[in-house]
Amino acid sequence: MLKTFPKGGVHPPENKISAGAAIETLPLPTTATIPISQHLGAPSAPTVKKGDKVKVGQIIAQSTGFVSTNIHSSVSGTVQKIDDSIDASGYKRKAVIISVEGDEWDENIDRSPELKKEFSLSGPDIIKKVLENGVVGLGGATFPTHVKLSVPKGMKADVLILNGVECEPYLTSDHRIMLEKADEIIVGTQILMKALDVKKALIGIENNKPDAIEVFSKLADKNPGIEVHPLKVQYPQGGEKQLIKALINREVPSGGLPIAVGAVVQNVGTALAVYEAVQKNKPLIERVVSLTGKSVKKPANYLVRIGTPVAELIEASGGLPDDTGKVINGGPMMGKALNSLEVPVTKGTSGILIIPELEARRRPVQNCIRCARCTQVCPMGLEPYLLMTLTQKSMWDKVETNHALDCIECGSCAYTCPADRPLLDYIRLGKTTVSKLIRARKQ
Amino acid sequence: MNKLLTISPSPHNYGDDSTKKVMYGVVIAMIPAMLVSFFYFGIGAVVLTLTAVVSALVFEYLIQKFILKKKEVSITDGSALVTGILLAFNLPSNLPIHLIIIGAFVAIAVGKMSFGGLGQNPFNPALVGRVFLLISFPVQMTSWPKPGALTAYLDAETGATPLAIVKEALKNGESFSSITEKIPGYADLMMGNMGGSLGEISAIALLIGFAYMLFRKIITWHIPVSVLGTIAIFSGILWLVNPETNADPLFHLLTGGAMLGAIFMATDMVTSPMSIKGQVIFGVGIGVLTIVIRVFGAYPEGVSFAILIMNAFVPLINAYVKPKRFGEVVK
Repeated sequence: MLKTFPKGGVHPPENKISAGAAIETLPLPTTATIPISQHLGAPSAPTVKKGDKVKVGQIIAQSTGFVSTNIHSSVSGTVQKIDDSIDASGYKRKAVIISVEGDEWDENIDRSPELKKEFSLSGPDIIKKVLENGVVGLGGATFPTHVKLSVPKGMKADVLILNGVECEPYLTSDHRIMLEKADEIIVGTQILMKALDVKKALIGIENNKPDAIEVFSKLADKNPGIEVHPLKVQYPQGGEKQLIKALINREVPSGGLPIAVGAVVQNVGTALAVYEAVQKNKPLIERVVSLTGKSVKKPANYLVRIGTPVAELIEASGGLPDDTGKVINGGPMMGKALNSLEVPVTKGTSGILIIPELEARRRPVQNCIRCARCTQVCPMGLEPYLLMTLTQKSMWDKVETNHALDCIECGSCAYTCPADRPLLDYIRLGKTTVSKLIRARKQ
Repeated sequence: MNKLLTISPSPHNYGDDSTKKVMYGVVIAMIPAMLVSFFYFGIGAVVLTLTAVVSALVFEYLIQKFILKKKEVSITDGSALVTGILLAFNLPSNLPIHLIIIGAFVAIAVGKMSFGGLGQNPFNPALVGRVFLLISFPVQMTSWPKPGALTAYLDAETGATPLAIVKEALKNGESFSSITEKIPGYADLMMGNMGGSLGEISAIALLIGFAYMLFRKIITWHIPVSVLGTIAIFSGILWLVNPETNADPLFHLLTGGAMLGAIFMATDMVTSPMSIKGQVIFGVGIGVLTIVIRVFGAYPEGVSFAILIMNAFVPLINAYVKPKRFGEVVK
C-alpha cells in the first residue's frame, strides 16, 4: 500500500493541465521590480541606490539578521528607484525597481549547462554559500534555507526529506523540474545531506507523477543513501508535518519544528537552487513558475527572472482569458488572490493560476449543520467549526487552548464544508489575535 | 489587461458537497423503508407520510416567512423534508390527520425553529414531535395496525407490537421461550412483517439505507454500530444471565425502533457529537439507555427517549472529548 499521512486530508480535483508543458525561458522584462522582502523573516537592506548600474547576480539587498537573506539583481541595467510597490500580499512593500539594459551577468557565475557533480566544501561553508546566494524554501513558504540547515545546538538531524509532493492542484513547476533537472536535484540533495551531516535522504513524490517517480527511482539506485517513496495522492501531503508523518511516521510536536524529530524537509526546487548556488555560484535570481487555469490558451511552465510582472507571463500564454475572475499567486488551496497583474514574480511564486469568473466567487454562507466533516478532514486534529465560533465570540483564551496556532492553514476544512462556511478566514483571525496576545503576555 | 479581479482569502476552490446534497442523500436512503411501509400498511402509510412531509414544509415556510421574516426561505434545503419523513417513520399508520399535523408543528416549531433553525437545535426535531405525541396522546400512539390491511386507515385492525407483547408476557411471569408463537419469526422481523411505526419495521430496508449513506459518505459507521453493538451486548448479557425472563439480543435488535433509531435518528448530524470518540460514547449511551428502558422501565420501547437523553449530553461530550491533535505534547 502507498504511504500517506493517516489523519484528515482531502482530494480536490488535481487539474494538472500544465504537466506536459516543458519549461520555457520567458523573455526578459523591460522593468524588474524586486521586493526586498521575499522571504519569511526580516526584510533585507538595500545596498544600491537610484542610478546605480547593476549586473545579473549582483547583491542589491543584504541580509539583516539570522532569519533573513540576500537579494540579488535578476537583470542587468540601471536602478530606477527604490520605492513602494504592491506585491503578492496585496500590500505596498519596498522594492528595487530596475530598468533592464541587455543581459550582463556577474563574471563569477558559471553559466555552462554541464552537470558538476563533485563538491568539496565543508558543511558550514555550504551553509554560508546558501546564505550568500539568497536561497530560500521554494515550496511557497520561503523560509531562508540556511536557517533550516543550521541545526540548533543539542539537536541532530538524521534524515533529509525532499519534498516532491506538489499536492496543490494545478501547479506543475516542481513536477517539471523533477523531470528536466533530476541530475541537478540529486547533486543538490547530496550537498544538503553533507550540510546536515545525514546519511539518508527520502524523496516523497505523489503517485500522480509516475514519470518523476521513475526518473528518480533510477537515479536513487545509483546514489546510495537516497530513496524514492511514491505517496498516495492526498492534500495537504506537501505540508512538512504531514510529509514527515507519511514518510517516517514521526509526529512533529505541537509548536515544534521538524528538527525536533530529527528531520529536515526541503523542496525539490530548493535542492535545485542549492545545487546552482554551491556548484555554479548562481544566486536565486530565477525560478520555474506554472501559468495555468482552465481558460488559459497555453498552460505553461516558465523559467522566469525574479521581478518579472505577472502580466508578462499571462501575455506569453495568450493573454488574460475573457472569463477571468481571479488571478492567484500559488495554487487554489493556499495561494493568494492578486489585486494587480503588475505584481512581480518573487522567490515564493510557484505558479500563477487563473480562475474563471464562475468559480471565483464564494457561495453563500449557510448554517452549520454540525456534520463534523471539518473535524474529520483537519490534518492537525483540530475542530475548525469550534475555532470559528470561538473567534466570532472573541473567546481568545479558548481559541488558544483549542490549539488554533497548530493550524497550518491548508484550507481542507473550508474546502469540504457543505454549508460553505468561511472556516479558515475566522481561524486566521483567531490565530493572529492569539499570537498578539501571547506576545503581549511575554513582555 | 485591466480587469477587475475578485479578491478573497484561500482556499479558492470548494468541494461539491452541499447541505442540500447531504439532506437529499438521507431522503434517498429512507426510500426503501418508506416503500416497505407502503407495502405493509397501504393507504394509511401514504396518507401519514404525505401529511407529515407537507405540514413540516408548510410550518417551516410560515415560520421563516412571517415570524422570522427571512428574505430567503430555505425550505428547499431538504432538512424539513427529512424531519417530515422521520416523523412519519415514528408514528403508527392509523394516526388521525390532526394529530400528525400537531406532531409536525411541534417538531418544526418547537423542536427546530425555536432554537434558531437548521443546525441550532439540540434535540432531534422528529423525535421531539414523536415524544410529544406519545405523552399527550398515548392511546392513539400505541395502537398499532397489523401489517397487510392495505386499504384501511383509521379503521385498521390493531394489535400490540412484538416488544409490547413480550414486555406484557414477561411481566405476567411467562417465560420468553413460551411466548415465541405469539410474536413473528425472525424472518418476518427482518422483512418488517410486524406491527409498529411506519419506518421501523423492516431491518433489511433500513440496512440498505445505511449502506447507501455509508457509500455516499453522508455518515460514518460509528454511531449506528456503537448503538446496535451496545444493544446486542447489553441485552445479550441479560439474556445469558436468565434466558427465561429476558428476550434474546437478536429480538432486541430487530424490533421496535432500534434499527431506525441507530441508523437515521441518532446519526442526525445536528444533534450528535463532532468527534469520532464522542460519537462512540454517544452511541454506547443510547444503547445502554434503550435496554434499561425496555427491560426495567415502564415503556416497552425506549429508543426515542434514549436518543433524546443522549442529545442533551452532546454539548458536554463535545466539550470534553476532543479529537487526537497532531503532535500533541503529552504532559
